[in-house]
Amino acid sequence: MRSADRTTVPTEGLRRLADEETFGRFLARGTGPGPRAGLAPDRPGHHARRAARGGFWALGLAAWLVAALAVAAEPLPPLRWAADAEGGAPYVFRDPTAPGRHVGFEVDLAEALQEELGRRIEFVQYDFKSLVSGLKRGDFDFAMNGLEVTPDRLKAIRFSRPYYVYRLRLVVRQDEERFATLNQCKAVGGVVGTLEDTAAERLLDQLGVRKRIYDSQVEPYDDLEQRQVDAVLLDLPIADYYARQRPKLKYAEEPSARGFYAVAFRKDQEELASQFDAAIDRLWRSGRLQRIYQAWGLWNDDQQALSGAEGMADVLRESARQWTPARYLPLLLQGAWVTIEVSVLSMSVAIALGLPLALGRLFGPAPIRWLAAAYVEFFRGIPVLLLLYFLYYGLPAVSEYYGLAMDLKLAPLQAAVLGFGLNYAAYEAEIYRAGIGSIGVGQWEAAASLGMGPALAFRRIVLPQAIRVILPPMTNDFVALFKDTSIVSVIAVVELTKQYQILAKSSMKYLEIGLATAALYLVMSVPLGYLSRRLERRWGKGA
Amino acid sequence: MIEPLPIAVDHLTKRFGTRTVLDRVSLAIAPRQTVALVGPSGSGKSTLLRCLNGLCAFDAGQIRVGPHVLHAGDGRARRAEARRVRSMLGMIFQDFQLFGHLTALGNVIEAPRRVLGLTKDEAKRRGTELLDRVGLADRAAAYPAELSGGQKQRVAIARAMAMSPRGLLCDEITSALDPELKGEVLAVLEDLKRDGLTLVLVTHEMAFARRSADRVVVLADGAILEDGPPSVVLDHPQTTRAQRFLSRVMT
Ligand SMILES: Nc1ncnc2c1ncn2[C@@H]1O[C@H](COP(=O)(O)OP(=O)(O)O)[C@@H](O)[C@H]1O
Ligand SMILES: [Mg+2]
Repeated sequence: MRSADRTTVPTEGLRRLADEETFGRFLARGTGPGPRAGLAPDRPGHHARRAARGGFWALGLAAWLVAALAVAAEPLPPLRWAADAEGGAPYVFRDPTAPGRHVGFEVDLAEALQEELGRRIEFVQYDFKSLVSGLKRGDFDFAMNGLEVTPDRLKAIRFSRPYYVYRLRLVVRQDEERFATLNQCKAVGGVVGTLEDTAAERLLDQLGVRKRIYDSQVEPYDDLEQRQVDAVLLDLPIADYYARQRPKLKYAEEPSARGFYAVAFRKDQEELASQFDAAIDRLWRSGRLQRIYQAWGLWNDDQQALSGAEGMADVLRESARQWTPARYLPLLLQGAWVTIEVSVLSMSVAIALGLPLALGRLFGPAPIRWLAAAYVEFFRGIPVLLLLYFLYYGLPAVSEYYGLAMDLKLAPLQAAVLGFGLNYAAYEAEIYRAGIGSIGVGQWEAAASLGMGPALAFRRIVLPQAIRVILPPMTNDFVALFKDTSIVSVIAVVELTKQYQILAKSSMKYLEIGLATAALYLVMSVPLGYLSRRLERRWGKGA
Repeated sequence: MIEPLPIAVDHLTKRFGTRTVLDRVSLAIAPRQTVALVGPSGSGKSTLLRCLNGLCAFDAGQIRVGPHVLHAGDGRARRAEARRVRSMLGMIFQDFQLFGHLTALGNVIEAPRRVLGLTKDEAKRRGTELLDRVGLADRAAAYPAELSGGQKQRVAIARAMAMSPRGLLCDEITSALDPELKGEVLAVLEDLKRDGLTLVLVTHEMAFARRSADRVVVLADGAILEDGPPSVVLDHPQTTRAQRFLSRVMT
């Protein structure tokens, strides 16, 4: 089957049905002349053909011997292969015509590997984002799912030799005239959609392009059509599969930034991994790999790089070299600016809301006092994380569910500011209440006896003196808020801490960039403490 | 000379919960009169002063301050009338109640600027004059924390005077002061009396009352026991209760 046929398949058909997690039956459907289920009975002939063509007798024979001996001795338990079939075309996905089966170029590859290794391979459905942690936990034997060889992954993972060379593809709307390249896109302030923790995301970070992170491969292109983002940068196979047939979209520039897909093992699986290395090598030399990619429309000249593919060890060194301070500092500063933005705006909301709440609790009639107290208890009682989730993900769903006319879709920054503002308003209200309450009734009466009304007395006499009491805990709160804002990354706001995570992961310079990040936090929070002490001294005169 | 301010209290009753603190008190104070209000602690002196300038509502009777009348009960109308009363009748407290965040001059000019709408220059000019009058011209820039008790109370007096009141209520304004500082405050009061202000002073300074007051009123348990010229009330009190109280405070 050719990928051109598959591109017409509705994406719903690709969604994983919540039934069995594992199956080994995909082999029942072979691509090409491969065997059926179980062992690989015609291996000798296969090898003979390949060896004759490639002239690698010794290698072929050795592999055959190893495999044959293994099979003869004891049928080994099947190897458990983890991948995410959900929306995973053309890698691994449900066969739209027979939903019990999985198809994809990696399914074909697994089948070929099974023959090469002489060992059954069993599919395990696993969430893409958890593949690496699942591998470490030992939930399966290996992961093969378009995993890009990246420096940080190389640290923890033993990658096989690469089995595919991918490039990144920038997809834009058909009518896009403002830019044709990533750099031009950055210049016009465009937002580029991509998947989390992919080479594409890293490239965007490296270039400092504004991005939006998605969970599945369909949504970015949907959002692009609906003008929610200005472009989508993803691996070429994904673009080929999900974007090429969309009439509203087009490919922007030539594919760029080459990278490798490889099979992931734990470091302690050296033996199995080297068997895979050899098997992939044979598949490459025999031309079977090429046939698989051709069948899926994924073959291109880039794949020639597979013949040399020792390049991987260089990936780490190369990448670390790219991440000079000149490159990551601007990105950290961007993150720091977002941190400042979120903190300052949130604090403004908290103050604007906290003061009326405090006044309501101090001087309001009973129902207002009660409402203000309820507000404080409620927002102090729920985790701010829950609030952020609700504001960002929950609100749009609520408005949709109840068919509300207004669109409650908040931008990430808006949701962050609102969430922290609502949360901190509760704390501010209590601080203000204590501060204002600490100014004795005598001051109110003295002001009143001079003809001042309550509002004037509050503004000119009570509040300025209360600020003296309020300021130290308020500054504390602000510094705390400053650091608390690091959790807004859960709603796709990339502030300083998130930026650190991204950069450290990409560059492996955890310590160096970590120190730079810490320094930035200190540079921002230490002057705050200083300012607070100065203000205290200023307002504190005549105490 | 300041415009005259008569004050008339008519059957004033004030309760805190079930407790009657002022019981049908009647008192007429002529313009420019200086009244010393004395009595044992808890007799209701402070409460009476606070009722006079509307700082607290009362339960029965009425109070007339110049052209303004305060009625029993509370409400928006009473509070508005109370503010008009306060514009004529200043008050000074035992514990000064200076505004801690403002300098001496700042304390004096705050209300004239915000309430009377004086320009800053005008308010400063008058404020400096008043500070000069209470002997504190050189302390204008000092914050309350930097002043002695006597100086604070003199700033408080200047602050009250800055609103150009026609009368002043003073609630034990020397009680918190060391004996050697009382004199400077009392001297300021005598000076004000010469201006023609109506003064109601709660005080334990019997010598001062005798010297400066036109009239001494003895309050006990929320009722007036004695009322007359100092020489009569202080030397020949009619009631045994007043006799006992006065003999205690005058020794
Ligand atoms: N806000 C109040 N609430 C309840 N009782 C009060 C209040 N203010 C004063 N009192 C009571 O009223 C009585 C008179 O108080 P006050 O006028 O301060 O007496 P004085 O100034 O003569 O010492 C006292 O018994 C006091 O306890
Ligand atoms: Mg008193």
